[in-house]
Amino acid sequence: MADVIIDESSFVRSAGRQLLVYGIVTVLGFALLMWLLDALASLVGSSSETTGAVDAATGTITLYLDEEPPQLDSTLATDQVSGRIIGHVMEGLLRKDELGNIVGGVAESWTIDADKAVFNLRAAARWSDGKPVTAHDFIFAWQRTLDPATASEYAFILYYIKNAEAINRGEMPPTALGVSAPDERTLVVELERPVLFFDKLVSFPTYYPVREDFFKATNGRYGADADTLLYNGPFVISSWVHGASLRMDRNESYWRRDEIRLNTINWAYITSDANAQLNFFKDGKVAYAGMAPESLSVALENRWHLRQFQDGGVFFIEFNHRPNRLTRNLHLRRALLLVNNSSELVNKVTKLPGYLPTNSLFPAFLDGLHDKFRREHPAKDVPIDVDQARRELELARKELGLEKWPPLSLLTGDNPIANLQSEYYQSVFKDKLGLDVRIDRQIFKQRLQKMTSGDFDMVMAGWGPDYEDLLTFGDFFASWNLNNRGRYDNPEYDALVRKAQASLDQAERVELFARMQDIIVDDAVILPNYEKGASFVTDPRLKGLVRRVVGADPDYTYAWIEESAQ
Amino acid sequence: MFRYTLKRLVQGLITVWFIATATFGAMHLVPGDPLSGEKAASAEIQANLRAKYGLDKPVLQQYFVYLGNIARGDFGISFTQKNREVNDIIREHFPVSATMGLLAILFAGAGGVLWGALTALFRNRLPDVIIMFLVILGISVPSFVMAALGQLSLVKLNAFFGATVLPVGGWGTVRHMLVPSLVLGLGTMAYLTRLMRSSMLEIVNADFIRTAKAKGLPAARIFSKHQLRNASLPVVTVLGPAIAAITTGGFVVELVFAIPGLGRYFVQAVQQLDYTVIMGTTVFYGAFLVFMVIAVDLVYGLIDPRVRLQ
Repeated sequence: MADVIIDESSFVRSAGRQLLVYGIVTVLGFALLMWLLDALASLVGSSSETTGAVDAATGTITLYLDEEPPQLDSTLATDQVSGRIIGHVMEGLLRKDELGNIVGGVAESWTIDADKAVFNLRAAARWSDGKPVTAHDFIFAWQRTLDPATASEYAFILYYIKNAEAINRGEMPPTALGVSAPDERTLVVELERPVLFFDKLVSFPTYYPVREDFFKATNGRYGADADTLLYNGPFVISSWVHGASLRMDRNESYWRRDEIRLNTINWAYITSDANAQLNFFKDGKVAYAGMAPESLSVALENRWHLRQFQDGGVFFIEFNHRPNRLTRNLHLRRALLLVNNSSELVNKVTKLPGYLPTNSLFPAFLDGLHDKFRREHPAKDVPIDVDQARRELELARKELGLEKWPPLSLLTGDNPIANLQSEYYQSVFKDKLGLDVRIDRQIFKQRLQKMTSGDFDMVMAGWGPDYEDLLTFGDFFASWNLNNRGRYDNPEYDALVRKAQASLDQAERVELFARMQDIIVDDAVILPNYEKGASFVTDPRLKGLVRRVVGADPDYTYAWIEESAQ
Repeated sequence: MFRYTLKRLVQGLITVWFIATATFGAMHLVPGDPLSGEKAASAEIQANLRAKYGLDKPVLQQYFVYLGNIARGDFGISFTQKNREVNDIIREHFPVSATMGLLAILFAGAGGVLWGALTALFRNRLPDVIIMFLVILGISVPSFVMAALGQLSLVKLNAFFGATVLPVGGWGTVRHMLVPSLVLGLGTMAYLTRLMRSSMLEIVNADFIRTAKAKGLPAARIFSKHQLRNASLPVVTVLGPAIAAITTGGFVVELVFAIPGLGRYFVQAVQQLDYTVIMGTTVFYGAFLVFMVIAVDLVYGLIDPRVRLQ
């Protein structure tokens, strides 16, 4: 037996040596393969050397995108990432300056009356191929957006133009649109009804120009690639590798090019992973990073200067007001409102930096008459009153003729914040009122489906502004608004919205919206939660970053690099 | 050989047809409207969108239209990127996934065979215990943890050297590919190590090994010619499905390392109910998997003379 054991261990030894040789060969093989691939790649010339976050010598900043921009055709784009890109490479008749004031874009002067708007286009406004931007480019874009065949989801934002809605419904041909171009550089817009904020509307991407001959030459691929898009904004897209990177260079045909201080914006990474975004920032590869709650400790550790911003979105629990629903009962809704503690939700539960507890449908940024609307007209405060809430609940139970309360369904999205929030409300309603809540967690499209078909009692919902006016929030609960998925239906409220839509007197409008705000509290239409916020960090050398509630956000068109800042 | 190959190919096509049908069915059973968006659209706009994507027709008719288009190799236009064809998406992003997947499978295959042989050689001794512990870790730790850890160590590495040793993410050069493909291949490597170890252990006591030893063949020769080669057959068998799994399963790694692969489209399309992209990527990946398995079966004969096919 002794022989065999000696034999065995010597076998292991020499086999082990052999294995070691294989191991070394493998490692060398991989090294060689890598080297070959690298050499091959540099031959092809595709090797992209990674640069730092900010490069003062070349005037370049490097950033990430949360996702591949789904749609760069301005007549079709609906999402925020696409809006950000479009906002950097296109320009409308009017634009917003770094303070958010409306100033001239393609138009150098304009007049807006009750029934008509006239825009005089500047001679220096050019497309990136050097041809002038003409009034016809706007007419083409707007007619195309409204053409039912285009099926643009943002067509409604053009409805203030004469005949726009009828065209979009297919009742009139697109050529019936109330716009005309007496000459190349004059655009006359007839209005369907008077509107106080038409200047803000025309700075919205859906109003941006599209040049007909170029559009037709792209054969349905307009905006699909860097070379199937024509630019008239501060930057042009010089390369776009789908899913990987998008590079913008300063547009040398842009009329204001001398004021644009960055040469290149390189969106070099595309990922929605918050942790990865943070790692890119930590590694000095990107000049901006949004902060997820779990990233905050990292920011503190590194003593980064944390900045905050409210993006204008308001979040709330929306009730189902359809006739057969328990939540149609006012006493039940009041009971729930009386235990709704939005500051506890924001400060103790979700703990997201930048989020503001709220008691109104209207966000704080909206203008009133002389000051911010919410400062002129604070929403009625509903103090927490559990006893009163229980009395209301008892009233509701009697009115509805119930023995005991069946569980109420709370429809939510499927993400960590929604989970925290829905579980918080579940426990509050149980502890304070003894109500059972069944959480119905759904991914985005399924949640939309259930909201639209009315398959819920309460839903965690939100609304972001389409333009900077009280109306974009006020008309949310108009009975005809399709986004009013809880189907709140109140003739008094509807009348206020109609009046506000037609009025050109801001003092009167502000009063109307204040009354809407009161109705929303008195009628317990929603349980207000918070105004959504964002916290972010930037490279200290990057200056002049502008955040916007509506339009391209973050906006780097006014940004510059300051080498000395640290 | 030719007839066998042909038979397998026909079977493969039937499988792909089955995949397409099952996907089509499952996709339409998922609740939710693929054309719905955050902002509610009017009935007219919705009708126009439905007409544009052919969703206004009866489901059965849609099915045959789909099938006809797939047969012609046309997967249609994406629902979320309304000016991009699914064919373009696959053409642009699959090579990235494939490159990363191929590297990963090379890592996994070579690593699995070598570590497996090592553990078998030193069974129940320290190297075996250590490696098998790591293998259990590799199999059980999910890829999003691995990817995050991998990226974090790159950040630390670069901070330590004060320069970019290896990029933290992105795509373009070999240096971008290294860590992501390692992370991607790690799970498979662990699995293959275990497979290799057990198949080695089965063989060390086989009759032909004893004969070889009795004949007095040199140990190194027995080890590499008789043990290693025989034991790696099961590894080759699972390599086919593993290649497909790795090339399709890169979603998390692609997300974390900001790599423009197809895996992201594959997963996000399902969340967004992007019918055409779901169909396109699933059928494409399904076909890829099926033909990988066939290819491996054919290659098998080259490695093992005993299974050479008539």
